[in-house]
Amino acid sequence: MTTTVHHAASGEPYLSVNNIEVIYDHVILVLKGVSLEVPKGRIVALLGANGAGKSTTLKTISNLLHAERGDVTKGSVDFKGVRVDQMTPNELVKRGVIQVMEGRHCFAHLSLEENLLTGAYTRSISRAELRESLEKVYHYFPRLKDRRMTQAGYTSGGEQQMCAIGRALMAKPEMILLDEPSMGLAPQIVEEIFEIVKDLNQRENVSILLAEQNTTVALRYSDFGYILENGRVVMEGDAKELACNEDVKEFYLGLSSAGRKSFRDVKHYRRRKRWLS
Amino acid sequence: MQFFFEVLIGGLLSGVMYSFVALGFVLIYKASGVFNFAQGAMVFAAALTFVGFQELGVPFWLALLIAFGVMVVLGILTERIVLRPLVNQPPITLFMATIGLTYVIEGLAQGAWGANVRGLELGIQDEPIEWLMETANISVSKFDLFGAGVAALLVTLLALFFQYTRIGRALRAVADDHQAALSIGIPLQQIWRIVWAVAGFVALVAGLIWGARNGVSFSLTFTALKALPVLILGGFTSIPGAIVGGLIIGSTEKLAEVYLGEYVGGGIDSWFPYVMALAFLLVRPEGLFGEKHIDRV
Repeated sequence: MTTTVHHAASGEPYLSVNNIEVIYDHVILVLKGVSLEVPKGRIVALLGANGAGKSTTLKTISNLLHAERGDVTKGSVDFKGVRVDQMTPNELVKRGVIQVMEGRHCFAHLSLEENLLTGAYTRSISRAELRESLEKVYHYFPRLKDRRMTQAGYTSGGEQQMCAIGRALMAKPEMILLDEPSMGLAPQIVEEIFEIVKDLNQRENVSILLAEQNTTVALRYSDFGYILENGRVVMEGDAKELACNEDVKEFYLGLSSAGRKSFRDVKHYRRRKRWLS
Repeated sequence: MQFFFEVLIGGLLSGVMYSFVALGFVLIYKASGVFNFAQGAMVFAAALTFVGFQELGVPFWLALLIAFGVMVVLGILTERIVLRPLVNQPPITLFMATIGLTYVIEGLAQGAWGANVRGLELGIQDEPIEWLMETANISVSKFDLFGAGVAALLVTLLALFFQYTRIGRALRAVADDHQAALSIGIPLQQIWRIVWAVAGFVALVAGLIWGARNGVSFSLTFTALKALPVLILGGFTSIPGAIVGGLIIGSTEKLAEVYLGEYVGGGIDSWFPYVMALAFLLVRPEGLFGEKHIDRV
């Protein structure tokens, strides 16, 4: 691929995933050699349709894969020059890599504040420091402060998403793996959450690897993008370039210069694309 | 009226005994979503170990410490051998595993210490408190009162632990969502080891009190069955629920035995709690204090 030059331009490699292959249940090959890089302080988007392997890629990095009977059979994951693919999620969180899971996964019976507090589990810090971290999260998500005593299960989808991101922030991460934050949320809330994420990225210098189906929004807020299809990276490039790319426009943004196209052509095109990649 | 109060108090205090066993269930259920069928066997094993060491001439406190140690080791082994390979399996699988565990624990305990019925002496007499007898003419056993006191202390400690400590919060988080807990770096194995150790401790306390009252024998494992209606009434996830449930079951079964028993030929207290539990399931399936199932629609 020609676009690899962009890596060097966008900064030091920080998190790098090298040619990973993942098999579920010993039979289902989900990732067929995925490589990607996240430079320090950047937002990188991982795009693709359902089942393309976005979540699996994130779970491979955060090592939540083992709990789902997935195995990494090839490749490696490096974070700050250290191989991390054999570490437990606990060790990884301590090193600064944390995942915000798809579907929020807040602790339904804990209050929002308790949810946030559990996020600091891996840090041994004083009460004052804990308070300080909590205030910082409330600063970014004022909505959470208003409802801090409410059980998370009774809050709205947007508030739960904020809670999940806030909870991850409490671990003081350097790298957040954000899986499908827009899922099931109103466009307005999606926008609000992405604004906060961008803000976090810039002010706290947290690097973000973002898996999204909502290509339009994701490309607007990220620096670099990878497009996954069927367990392989089929395209990568600067977010702005990707957003302008004719193929991306056509297949992921639903925009086409040539007007409506027959579905058969589209399918044909995509099949060819896969063969080539 | 005096008689009524005597029965009521006796019932309440015996209810506390049920609460002890129910507590162990609640702890493990809260933290891992597993209904630990082996809790009764753990009570038995704990009491047997304590008595066994005492018979060997080990002093009281040391025997207590050793029995606690054995329960902790048992908890850690359970986590390692039974729970860890079953992570992310449906609850019913885990439940079945604990049924198997029941037989293993019973077998091991009896294999190690023999199957004889033994007496257990805590140094507190099962006799009426004198001044209460003199002033109000109500007979309340010293031992029962002691049991109630221990229960109150235990519950307060556990409630504070769960509500306000870092580990306690993590325990509740794990109970809610394993995966999410894992994703924010809570080490599940460590948490489960802690829970099983605490449940082992509660089993030990329950075993001592029950053992001192009824003797240490295989029938201790059946106390677990009496804990079921208590759990249904109080809620599977609530520590105060276990206590209140125990009090209600204890008092109503004794009162029913005394006031209703004669109409149906007696022996009512062995099945009355289950009838109550059944009725309760129809009205309030999550129990008095249980966590409501939160569903987003």
